[in-house]
Amino acid sequence: MIKILRNTTFLALILSVLSAQSEQPTAEELIKAIDDNMSADNRVITSKMIVHGRRASRTIESRSWVVGTNLAFTEYLSPPREAGTKMLKTKDKLWTYSPQTDRIIQISGHMLRQSVMGSDMSYTDMMEDRPLLEMYNATVEGSEVIDGRKYWILYLDAKVSDVSYPKRRSWVDVEYLLPMKEELYAKSGKLLKSSTMGGVMKIEGRWYPTSFNFKDELKRNSKGTQWVIDTIEFDVDIPESRFSKASLRK
Amino acid sequence: MLILKLAYKNLVGAGVRTWLNVFVTAISFFLIIFMTGLYQGMEEHSLQILIDTEIAGGAYWHPDYDPADPIALEDAHGTPPSPVAALIEDGQAVPVLISQAAIYPNGRIRPVIMKGIIPGQTILDFPSSTLAGYEGSDIPVLIGAGMAKSSNLKAGDTFIIRWLDANKTYDAQEGIVVAVMETENFQIDLGQIWIPIERMQQMLSMPGEASYVTYAQGLDALAETDGWILRDAAYLNRHMVAAIDADRQAAPILYAILLALAAMGIFNSQVLTIFRRQKEIGTLMALGMTRPKVVGLFTTEGGMNAFLALIMTIILGGPVLYWSATTGIPLLEMYGMGDVDAAEMGFIMAGRIISVYSVGLFVTTTILVSMIVLIVSYLPARRIAKMKPTDALRGKVY
Repeated sequence: MIKILRNTTFLALILSVLSAQSEQPTAEELIKAIDDNMSADNRVITSKMIVHGRRASRTIESRSWVVGTNLAFTEYLSPPREAGTKMLKTKDKLWTYSPQTDRIIQISGHMLRQSVMGSDMSYTDMMEDRPLLEMYNATVEGSEVIDGRKYWILYLDAKVSDVSYPKRRSWVDVEYLLPMKEELYAKSGKLLKSSTMGGVMKIEGRWYPTSFNFKDELKRNSKGTQWVIDTIEFDVDIPESRFSKASLRK
Repeated sequence: MLILKLAYKNLVGAGVRTWLNVFVTAISFFLIIFMTGLYQGMEEHSLQILIDTEIAGGAYWHPDYDPADPIALEDAHGTPPSPVAALIEDGQAVPVLISQAAIYPNGRIRPVIMKGIIPGQTILDFPSSTLAGYEGSDIPVLIGAGMAKSSNLKAGDTFIIRWLDANKTYDAQEGIVVAVMETENFQIDLGQIWIPIERMQQMLSMPGEASYVTYAQGLDALAETDGWILRDAAYLNRHMVAAIDADRQAAPILYAILLALAAMGIFNSQVLTIFRRQKEIGTLMALGMTRPKVVGLFTTEGGMNAFLALIMTIILGGPVLYWSATTGIPLLEMYGMGDVDAAEMGFIMAGRIISVYSVGLFVTTTILVSMIVLIVSYLPARRIAKMKPTDALRGKVY
């Protein structure tokens, strides 16, 4: 009897999950779910950025300390040429420190549009941190099954004028609630950049991707830039001094 | 008169040695004039190109515009003040809008400066009219030959242009190269694309705006410019003028070397002559020629040397100087660099350089060379004049 009851309860649970999965969520719900997965009070990440060039690929290893969406500090660990280079982001400002010149430079203006370490990602892409719902009108266009996995298609259309990409389209995994694929469009509708996620793992109770691929779609034959997370720790105690300009020289 | 006759006879008597001296001096003469003219030609030409293609009479800059500060570029745009706008309306000024952009020729990203200009403008000697002929939906683009070469683009090629508009929003569209201009001014060529200003204002959401306005030559400066900064031709030329001045300061070193070569030849020859003619000098002195007259004789011979060198320069070098001043010298071609674009090397240089010779150049060079020849003739002569006639007659080496 207990066994039957247990099986029935389990079946009911499965059915309720399946029905919840097939029921189309609102765009706001999707964005909130993505935020819950992707954002944390703070995190420390060790990662590798693999920049694929025409002839060769470069791997740049770094360690980042991130608090919310406003504060981030990155130290490049390798290759030797880049080792010791540091980057500090505080709200809308970005500074870099190069040990070769022993100088701190603020990245601003047109420099924000330059690529980060020769990758397909610009500093502007890195700086984008406003909540999506603040910038875009979001709609769920429907769903799509790709390689046996179901995705909600989320379409974002800018409602404010000062956004880098006026249109975005995301494929949000129904189970993970992560934007596994994203396309960024220009005002004219031309596809400018795309990103994909992979290696989703359950880390400290949340689904989190461990690899990303950013691609400048205007470049021909580009393999994009891969970003692989080696280790990630959430809700770590990071001292405030980490995000001071003085820490760039340390 | 006697000294002149004697000097003439001595020069003619020396035969080949005289002509060798004259030839060396003539070469110095020629090279100084030729090189100075060539420099002058290059400088004047560069300055003229800059004025014709870029500067015209001067410009009114947006208060934030600074060509040396690309970071400030994205804020350096605005509606020209009404007095400047009136000049544009009258066709006496042309607005230029500047923005950073990225182009993808053959699928490879390349950062560029995108500049908007009125296709029908006549203020600058610039084939902007080629932008007017295109009627397709792509963005018509005019590029320089240097840019075309470095980007591997040619007329008719298309590529994607990506830019940020006034709201910092990305946009991208296909551009088509409508023409490739041959220009000697790399500053309007390398790393730049030119498009119609109206199209660019629309693309960047900057209607009626410009970064600077270039006005025609001969116009007076406006009194009221509403914060826009007047930059006259002298200000805009200043780097080129400074480069020319630096060149001018370096040129005397070259001339000094050339003159030293000529002077050494003459000095050497005079010393040798005096050594060989000791008995003659002793005889002249024994017959009553005074020391100053002996010195005068040798100095006159030197002066005649200079005069003959001048004649030789005119006869032998004159056609070359005339040719360089009229036809011009294909300098890069002569050095086997005919396919090298001077613009790529970062300097303004004509394919064929027309030398500029002034009367002042001839007069000063003649005086300078003559003075030096006279001095180097005088110095050894002064020494022999101190000799005793008896020693000179005996052929005693001094």
